[in-house]
Amino acid sequence: MSRYVIIGNSAAAVGCVEGIRQQDKTGGITLISTEPHFTYSRPLISYLLWGKTDEGRMRYRPADFYQKNRCELLAGRTAVRIDTQEKSVQLDDGRRVSYDKLLVATGSRPFVPAMPGLEKVPQRFTFLSLDDARRLEAALTPEARVLIVGAGLIGLKCAEGIFDRVRSLAVVDLADRVLPSILDETGSRLVRQHLEKKGIRFYLSDSVSSFEGNTARLQSGAAVNFDLLVIAVGVRPNAELVQEAGGTVNRGITVDAYGRTSLPDVYAAGDCTETTDIASGESRVLALLPNAYMQGESAGTHMAGGTGKPYDRAIAMNAIGLFGYHVLTAGVYTGDTYAVEENGAYKKLFYQDNLLKGFILIGQVERAGIYTSLIRNRTPLDSLDFELIREKPQLMAFSRRVRARALSEQG
Amino acid sequence: MKRIYVREEWCLGCHLCEYYCAFANSGKDDMAAALKNVTIHPRIQIEEKNGVSFAVSCRHCEEPLCVKSCISGALSSHDGLIEVDVGKCVGCYTCILVCPYGAIMPAEGGGVVQKCELCVKNAGGIPACVSHCPNQAIVFEEREQKEGTVA
Repeated sequence: MSRYVIIGNSAAAVGCVEGIRQQDKTGGITLISTEPHFTYSRPLISYLLWGKTDEGRMRYRPADFYQKNRCELLAGRTAVRIDTQEKSVQLDDGRRVSYDKLLVATGSRPFVPAMPGLEKVPQRFTFLSLDDARRLEAALTPEARVLIVGAGLIGLKCAEGIFDRVRSLAVVDLADRVLPSILDETGSRLVRQHLEKKGIRFYLSDSVSSFEGNTARLQSGAAVNFDLLVIAVGVRPNAELVQEAGGTVNRGITVDAYGRTSLPDVYAAGDCTETTDIASGESRVLALLPNAYMQGESAGTHMAGGTGKPYDRAIAMNAIGLFGYHVLTAGVYTGDTYAVEENGAYKKLFYQDNLLKGFILIGQVERAGIYTSLIRNRTPLDSLDFELIREKPQLMAFSRRVRARALSEQG
Repeated sequence: MKRIYVREEWCLGCHLCEYYCAFANSGKDDMAAALKNVTIHPRIQIEEKNGVSFAVSCRHCEEPLCVKSCISGALSSHDGLIEVDVGKCVGCYTCILVCPYGAIMPAEGGGVVQKCELCVKNAGGIPACVSHCPNQAIVFEEREQKEGTVA
């Protein structure tokens, strides 16, 4: 009977468990989790502070998940070393856990850039884990002035989550616009204006040159007084375990379409890895929950001895709502463009070489997945009615034959 | 399992499926009370252009991208039926971003999503869109599923 060991307990780990169990109902599965919690949805921490969910409902799987899948959860234990000779994982308490197949799903950690005076800021936080959220929540007061460093996905979702519970919110970012990694100038302006109307202040193309107690001195010369500081600049893959064991690591752990690392019987999935982005053809870290789950599931099916389901259609994609204003994006932003902005809604399509490469949808996001599928499947645009698909995502743009297969064909 | 299939050559474009869907999911006993003077939010939607029309609703995929991508665990698949737990859903719309059929949509108010759940929680037995389609353009049948068409 196979012994499966998973380092991690989040989306990639859960995907792996479910992938293994599609093939192997009996092999033992052990999960090693530094965080002592039942598997929970990490991106829901902002909704937790907002009051839109609670710790019970933000569990990523039903209460009987471990039991039903016959998993042993070593909660609150950290893996410190992988021994590929002995095929074991050493834990922080000295114990060793033997594996036949190992998945490294160690995720990512907040990147905190060096900023003079940061260590002396009394109330500073990151925003990635449930414990981060609990700590921040405990410090929130209606009088608190909050400074968030980083106008990306994490920083803005944090802002939304705590908006009603603090006095003021200011966000500073080195980039010249909000959500710089997923939005163009126009899209970014729409989102910023929406947030400014709520009363959030932005300091863009700017950065903290130093902290003096509860004052941030910015490069521009501005000074921002705050009570609570949230650092949300970005994340870095936790790739050290594989690197120290001699595995290939670039920006993230290098894996193939089945999640195999360069080490025998060691797989990796999720935020700690880098994947081939099918839209750009380049290998990059796609620290996104759907990517983590599907990569983990794919690895699980292969670990369990099947031929495995390859995960070879990864693309960047993001769904972010901010106070009811929804932004859905996918792919890469290269090639020709088609853009429409009206009544607070914005659409921009990017296409090249007869393929849809990426899109931005803001405000009006219905049926966006039809666009996403064109990117993922590399559907030749000349096989569709381009005028129709440009107007809105619709199956009418496909040929009658493709539509029949999709909606009505007998298998 | 039984799934809904649509036959576009039989579709009249009458939109009755949309109305019966909205009624079946309204929780009300009287159709007029449920639908009169309200904007309906059906889980099945007609596309139509130049005399061609067809209904689109959840395909209950065997490899459901929506379930795999759901960030909250609100979407799940039980014996092939894909359901949304609106208590867990936070309305992030990741499922809308990935569904290749465009068959998941914001529920009224936008706080959560909704999708076809084959009427298992209401009409029972046969989905309302199927039983009220006047031309059998929507059928509910047991077939072997073939993946990877539009998806």
